[in-house]
Amino acid sequence: MLPGFNLTLGYTLFYLSVIVLIPLSAVFIKTTELGLAEFWAVVTAPRVVATYKLTFGASLLAAAINALFGLMLAWSLVRYSFPGKKLVDALIDLPFALPTAVAGIALTALYARNGWLGQWIEGEFGIKVAFGPLGVLVALIFIGLPFVVRTVQPILEDLDTELEEAAASLGARRWQTFRYVTLPILLPALLTGFALAFARAVGEYGSVIFIAGNIPMVSEITPLIIITKLEQYDYAGATAIAVVMLVLSFILLLTINGLQAWTNKVTGRDR
Amino acid sequence: MAAVTSLHAAVDHAARFETRSATREPTWIKWTIVGVSLTFFTLFLLMPLIAVFVEAFRKGWDTYLAALIEPDALSAIQLTLIAAAIAVPLNLSFGVAAAWAITKFEFPGKQVLITLIDLPFSVSPVVAGLIYVLVFGAQGWFGSSLADNDIKIIFAVPGIVLATVFVTFPFVARELIPLMQAQGKEEEEAAVVLGASGWQTFWHVTLPNIKWGLLYGVILCNARAMGEFGAVSVVSGHIRGLTNTMPLHVEILYNEYQFAAAFAVASVLALLALVTLCIKTWIEHQAAKTKEES
Repeated sequence: MLPGFNLTLGYTLFYLSVIVLIPLSAVFIKTTELGLAEFWAVVTAPRVVATYKLTFGASLLAAAINALFGLMLAWSLVRYSFPGKKLVDALIDLPFALPTAVAGIALTALYARNGWLGQWIEGEFGIKVAFGPLGVLVALIFIGLPFVVRTVQPILEDLDTELEEAAASLGARRWQTFRYVTLPILLPALLTGFALAFARAVGEYGSVIFIAGNIPMVSEITPLIIITKLEQYDYAGATAIAVVMLVLSFILLLTINGLQAWTNKVTGRDR
Repeated sequence: MAAVTSLHAAVDHAARFETRSATREPTWIKWTIVGVSLTFFTLFLLMPLIAVFVEAFRKGWDTYLAALIEPDALSAIQLTLIAAAIAVPLNLSFGVAAAWAITKFEFPGKQVLITLIDLPFSVSPVVAGLIYVLVFGAQGWFGSSLADNDIKIIFAVPGIVLATVFVTFPFVARELIPLMQAQGKEEEEAAVVLGASGWQTFWHVTLPNIKWGLLYGVILCNARAMGEFGAVSVVSGHIRGLTNTMPLHVEILYNEYQFAAAFAVASVLALLALVTLCIKTWIEHQAAKTKEES
């Protein structure tokens, strides 16, 4: 029997309670100060509902875009050789390492009306990216990008060539092999990456607020509403919205755990 | 939310797929996929990174250096270093303890514990800051007793450290748990049977096996600790020269339209991110080497 069980588990539970569980419970306790009717009024106020729509809509769309292009990136990195591949592979994790505030101002500089890309997009298509809902989308694509690539990449690397060779020898075309052999194996990981990118996007604050323009009812995200209420010393109101976000986080966390279990089952990683 | 950050050995697989006709696509499809991927990569990752440095040096070296050595910038750099210097060792020791308990022993509720450790990853940074305001703020649970004893946590350095600890909480634990699970506990048990103490077992048996994963968790934890914005922003109070970390200093400069200065400070953070990615890539190669040898 190995030593240290009581010490390490005791320390783990203590530290977890002090840093995470007790402070988190404060949110739920504080929100009971509001009556149910009042709570409902706060979390369904039109300006707040507008932020849910933008936050969820933009997060879903960003996660979907990342799922598509992330799959292509992972595929390129695993299956093809091309110049600069190592550099691309290393830089994929940039959004994990780059502070969100830096990402926010950099994306704003690029996609604003006088920026390198914003200038061109507005001139060519007449579309304004920064300081509107599209800006929110751009920021959320940036921060979610590595999630899909990094969940799909290891699964692709573990794939045996035999499966596809068997499909080919049985007369399947390349596209059919991808659609009916490869994609079903990748699907759980792809969905996990999608859910991780979505979960991250819903709570994101730093990179979004610089590029969003933060116009009430148009380009305001839910985390910003919490900050605004805090600045007005409306702690109960801020907490009520935090409860909504927390409940969603819990649901997403459980969904992601389920998806990961599914990934492990499909790819035989759970041994 | 595990898998994403976990260390995986750097091995190039392209040759395996590109030499077999059954796993190879026609050249034009390959280059279309590579082309589309790289365009996406360039628009959303590479260009923002380049933009940081271009904007930082737009007004020349002198403005750049001036922005970095001005007293408020220096105190922001100092506070960022302090927050990371406290948060990283705390979460490192927690991560090792949690991974030891979870992977070397059986106990009820283990799966729940693992999920709870993940919680801070899925909580919005803004909510992470808010919870400490509710506990330690003027209107919070301990607000009045803290005020009586003249202790400031919110809108002061301790709050910033707490918020940083929260957002970086799972990094090391999350890295070590799958790693130590895969390694089992036979080696440790053999060491203990041969008379090694718990500490000796950890230092001489466990640690050499997990060193790359541990380092990996630490550098990612450190990068997040130095770069955290949302959570720290809620508890900071934005007092210049006192409670501003580097990311908050960037925000203030930016909102004051001092773009060159904002990007100068941002470029230091971007450089830090690049160093993190370099170390990360190096670790992946070391891990690949270790894997080959065994």
